[in-house]
Formats: sequence, C-alpha cells, structure tokens
Amino acid sequence: MRSIIKNANQAKHGLMFIAPAVLILVVFSIIPILIAFFISFTDLNLKGLADWSNIQFIGFENYVDLFSDELFHKSIFNTVFYVLIGVPLVIIFSLGIALLLNYGTSKLFTFFRAVYYMPSITNIIAVAVVWGYLYNTEYGLFNYLLSLLSVEKIPWLTDPTIAKLSLIILAVWKGIGINMIIFLAALQGIPKSYYEAARIDGANRIQVLFNVTIPLLRYATFFVTVTTLIGWMQFFEEPFVMTDGGPLDGTISIALFIYKNGFQFSEFGYAAAGSFILFLIIIITTLVQFKLRKSDTEY
Amino acid sequence: MESRSFLQKIEKPVVALFLIAGGVLVSIPFLWMISSSFKQESDVLNIPPQLIPSNPTFDNYINLFLSLNFGVYLKNTLIIVFFSFIGLLLNAMAGYGFAKFKFKGKEKLFYIVLATMMIPAQVTMIPVYLLLNEMGLTNTMAGIILPGLAVAFSIFLFRQFMTTIPTDLIEAARLDGAGEFYIFFKLIIPIAKPIFAVQGILTFIGAWNSFLWPLIIANDESLYTLSVGLSLLQGQYANNYALQMAGAAFMVVPIVIIFAFFQKYIVEGFTMSGLK
Repeated sequence: MRSIIKNANQAKHGLMFIAPAVLILVVFSIIPILIAFFISFTDLNLKGLADWSNIQFIGFENYVDLFSDELFHKSIFNTVFYVLIGVPLVIIFSLGIALLLNYGTSKLFTFFRAVYYMPSITNIIAVAVVWGYLYNTEYGLFNYLLSLLSVEKIPWLTDPTIAKLSLIILAVWKGIGINMIIFLAALQGIPKSYYEAARIDGANRIQVLFNVTIPLLRYATFFVTVTTLIGWMQFFEEPFVMTDGGPLDGTISIALFIYKNGFQFSEFGYAAAGSFILFLIIIITTLVQFKLRKSDTEY
Repeated sequence: MESRSFLQKIEKPVVALFLIAGGVLVSIPFLWMISSSFKQESDVLNIPPQLIPSNPTFDNYINLFLSLNFGVYLKNTLIIVFFSFIGLLLNAMAGYGFAKFKFKGKEKLFYIVLATMMIPAQVTMIPVYLLLNEMGLTNTMAGIILPGLAVAFSIFLFRQFMTTIPTDLIEAARLDGAGEFYIFFKLIIPIAKPIFAVQGILTFIGAWNSFLWPLIIANDESLYTLSVGLSLLQGQYANNYALQMAGAAFMVVPIVIIFAFFQKYIVEGFTMSGLK
C-alpha cells in the first residue's frame, strides 16, 4: 500500500517538475513540425493568414514547383559548395590547432586556447559588421594588406564565386572554436601509455600521429563531422547578414531561400515545403554517415 | 641521434611560434574592430589605414546612445537575458524530474525531448510564427521570449548531471519532512552548482546574442535587441565604419570579458556536452 502511494507521489512530483519545460517544447517544437508538414501541402500566404477560408489544399504542388524553381536549384548548389569546402576546412583547422595546443599546458597555451575559441562565442551580427568592413574593396584592411604584396584588389563580396569563398572564410574562422575544444578533450583523454608503447616500438612522431593519435580520435572526429555537417547544411546567418544572398543570388543558401520565401514574400506554404526538403537532406546525410561508420568499425 | 635531439629542442618553440602566428591572424578582426571604433569618422576611410587611431575619440560610443537607440536595445536585450535565466530554471527542473523521479512514459518523453534537438530551426520557424500570430503575440516581448524558454540540450545536460546525485540524499530530506520544491531549491541547486555555472554562462551568451527570432517577431524599433539594432545600423550608416565598429565592440566586449573570467567553465561545459 505504502509503495503504491509512494509511486503515485513520485509520478505526480516528477511530472510537476518536467511539465513547464516539456509543455513549452511541445508547443514550440513538436506541434510546429506537424503544422509545417500540413501547410507544406497548402498555398498559405498573407491572404490565407488574414482569413483561413482562403487557404487551399494543393497536394504536392509546392514540392513540384520547388523542383523547377531555378533559385531553389541555385540555393542547393551553393549549399553543397559551402559544405564541400567549409566542412573539411573546419575539421582540418580545428584538429590541427588542437594538436598544437595539446603540446603544452603552460599559460601561453591556455591563453591561445581562449584566443582561438573567442570567435565562436561572439555575436554573428557584430562579426558580420566587422568582416564587412575588412572585406570592403576600397577601404578594407584585407585589400590594403594585399596591396602591400602588390596583389590586385579582390572583389571579396561582389563576385558570386569569390563571395561564396569569403563567407566560407568567415564561417570557418567562427566555426573552429567549439570543434577544437572537442578534439582537445579527446586528445587529453588518450592514455599516456599508448604513446610510451609506440615510442618503445621505435615509432617516430609522424608515425605516432597517423597510427596512434588520429585513429584514437575516431569518435571525436565522427562527432565533429556529423554536427558540423548538420550546421553547414543550415548555413544561413553569414549570407543573410553580409550579402543578403547576392550578388546575382551567388550566395543564397537553402536556409536563406526558406527564410526569404517565408518572411519576405510571405509564401508560408512554399517555404514550409522547402524546409521539409532541407530536413530530409539533413536526415539522409546523417543516416549515411552512421551507416558508413558502422562498416568502418567492422574490420 | 644528434639531429633528433636538436629537433626535439626546437619542437616546442616552433609549435609556440605557429600558435602565436595563427592567434594573431585569428584576432585581427577583433583588434581592427577595437582600433577603428576609436577613430574619427573621416579617419576610418584613410588609405593607408591607421593601425592606431591618431586622434582617438569616444564620440562613436556616445553616439550609439545619443543619436541612436542603443539604450532601448540594451534594455530589451537585458530583459531577454533575464527571462532566459527563468527558462534555465525550468530546464533545470525538467532535468531533475527526468533524473530523479520514476513515472510511466518517462523514457519516451525524454526521447521526444532529445528528438527536438534534431529539428532544424528553418522547419519550426514558420509554424511558430503562425502560432504566435494566432495567439496575438507577434510584435510583443512575450512572443520573443516564450519559444526560447525551454532548451532541449540544456534539459539533457541537467539530467546527465543530476543522475549523479545520490538518491539517498533526497530520500533522507523527504523523511525529514522537506517538501519537493524545498528539496530542489535548498538541496539540489547547491549540489548542481557546477552545471548551473556552465549553463548560466551559455544562457547569457545565447540571450545576449539573440538575433533571428527578435528580428522575425519585432516590428517596432522599441522591441529591437542589440544585434537587430546593429544590423539596422549597418544598413543606415553603411559608410560610417567607425560607428559600426563601436556598435560591434559594444556587443562583443562584454562577452569577451565574461569569457575571460569564466573560460574554464565554458570549456568544461563543451567537453561535457561534446563527448558524453
């Protein structure tokens, strides 16, 4: 009898503690998914928002339209461009810096850990404002420094391809910090005895790096790759603040395409359909990585 | 053998040199921002640029508040920070509930909470806007604050930490007749201080930096946050880089100071969250 009352109390109090947060999550995360799915099959726009009777159920029309929308194609192409160049750069730089930082524990190393980490916690708008100034073709610091090496002025943000690369440089700069910390934690978790064993076997530094350290970082590398890929597939703030998708739609990403359709053109149904395609791409990419990882460990 | 010991000797200085060179490269944007924010409006467009302002001035910072509404933006941002700390408390409570209570469907609920972490912001952005619109909360502070109160990731971290608190401790307090909330506030929170420190700093940074949601919800300038105001400033004063840099510095420097003080906690927070 007592245990029944105790269990009932446990349930009551437990629910009381989780209720506020879980309720907010349900209302602002779970239910919205269902709404988004539903409206992606409708032509909901400003007219529909004002009067629900204007909303038409149009089946797969939004999805069909997306496949023939050239701007959507462009946004997919740009996003693939960002991911293919940006993600490897982030991983290489954050691993490289983590390896260097792992060399010592003195004040100098702690200080530089902070320096490399700093960009990742600073506000993206402030960062974009500062980089916009640095990238300025006439008055920017970058072109001035390059002019000292007698390099011609680079149109950092006004040529479609160079603008994409400029945004990648900025995003890599901002993205190194967190991943570097994860690699650093993994490096510090490797038992010293492994290195000693390798040294006794006569392995040199390079051999140790490639045959001991990097294989042991497999889990951290996998984690960093998965999360970085997910983040970069949603590449949004950099083009949004710095170029607004231009020049000539050269920097528009899928996420920015969704935002523009939703909040600038008020085509909510169309934008929701776009967001589900992005969601699908993210899920498939992530599942493929988990699959590849499984086959990787079975040797 | 000799060459090897020579290599070993110079190894560390070379690594340090690389780190310093890279560190300077990474810091250029920050240094340039600070330096330019103290320049006269005419001096920022000088070629060659001045590395150190020749006539340093505080005017840009003063202008942010006198000719622009940065006072209002700051107030709004601090309101958001305040409420995000209330959200932090709700997340901590939820983490405690998931960690230390038994009830039917708990596991399933927790998986649902975890699943929400994988939903991209772009998917929920539009329906949440429509929901708030139906509730009449667009263009209100409540509309800006509400959706961000509960953070799945934060609930997850609190749960992970609180499962390590011995249940006997809680049982003993119950036998002494302590109420559940009394136990939470007087027993659990003091024990969970480390995770509160980590989460508190991350919450502050997140709220201080909040941009997209205020931008979507707020139509009136009186509801703008610092980052929304800064992006507005960038559009309106496109060529006044000194003023822009002052605005950017005003947003970045507090975060840098906080980070400098609490570096250890933030780094620990990410290692905790990253690898467990």
